[in-house]
Amino acid sequence: MRAAVITFPGSNCDRDLVVAFEGAGFDVTRVWHKDTDLPAGIDIVGIPGGFSFGDYLRCGAIAANSPICQSVVAHANRGGYVIGICNGFQVLTETRLLPGALMRNAGLKFLCKPVALTVADTDSVFTQNYDLGSDVIIPIAHHDGNYTADADTLAQLRGEGRVAFRYAANPNGSADDIAGVLSANKRVLGMMPHPERAVDARHGGTDGARLFAGLAGMLATA
Amino acid sequence: MAKATVHVMLKQGVLDPQGEAVRHALGALGFAGVEGVRQGKVIELDLADGTTEADVQQMCEKLLANTVIESYRIEMA
Repeated sequence: MRAAVITFPGSNCDRDLVVAFEGAGFDVTRVWHKDTDLPAGIDIVGIPGGFSFGDYLRCGAIAANSPICQSVVAHANRGGYVIGICNGFQVLTETRLLPGALMRNAGLKFLCKPVALTVADTDSVFTQNYDLGSDVIIPIAHHDGNYTADADTLAQLRGEGRVAFRYAANPNGSADDIAGVLSANKRVLGMMPHPERAVDARHGGTDGARLFAGLAGMLATA
Repeated sequence: MAKATVHVMLKQGVLDPQGEAVRHALGALGFAGVEGVRQGKVIELDLADGTTEADVQQMCEKLLANTVIESYRIEMA
């Protein structure tokens, strides 16, 4: 399986994401934001956390309009897999590949701590390795993770099983406790918590590794 | 040279955590006469000759505002 991890100026979780993909058996190619094309034969694109373009204007807004993101949108529209984590989730909402938006945390503070997430849907390559309704511990590290969408969109996400993860104890004011959402075809996942920071016992937990292992298992047999 | 001023605000109905914090801070300072605060941003554009308000509107839709949560208003001068 082949993964591409994109680096923007200000990305700071790109190496961690590469390590997580490689740990699950992926061949990983790193891609620079000014590149216009993804490498051929990529199964999944990872958009990492960080502060792309210094969070100027809005988190993820400038990255979403970078040359490589047009290729990421095309990849997704062809049915390709994409995972956006933290700032990567913000980028995916700004590209409109995922609905809604991430606003400033309700408590206004930057939050950096492990949190419990409830697995809300297991019918995706990202979540099928988890038990529905179980709690997993994944770290968060964000200032703008307060997910918002209009009532119709929230009802649609809920009805279509597109909420992948919910916070067990909502830290940031997110609507419907949403921590991660899936696209309509469930091949694009955006989540604020960092599964790539929970893939090694020395991280303090390995619940994130199951996401990457599940992904590898599904894409290897696809 | 023409100028455009773009005002970007959170849409009505979208809770503004920063505006709420400012409202609380004003109350703590003894300014009792404020019932609501909403915080937005102002973006000034120096326009090249021939750039129209319609162009600026496209800029707003594509980049300057996130119309999922924000509204915008353009002033041309």
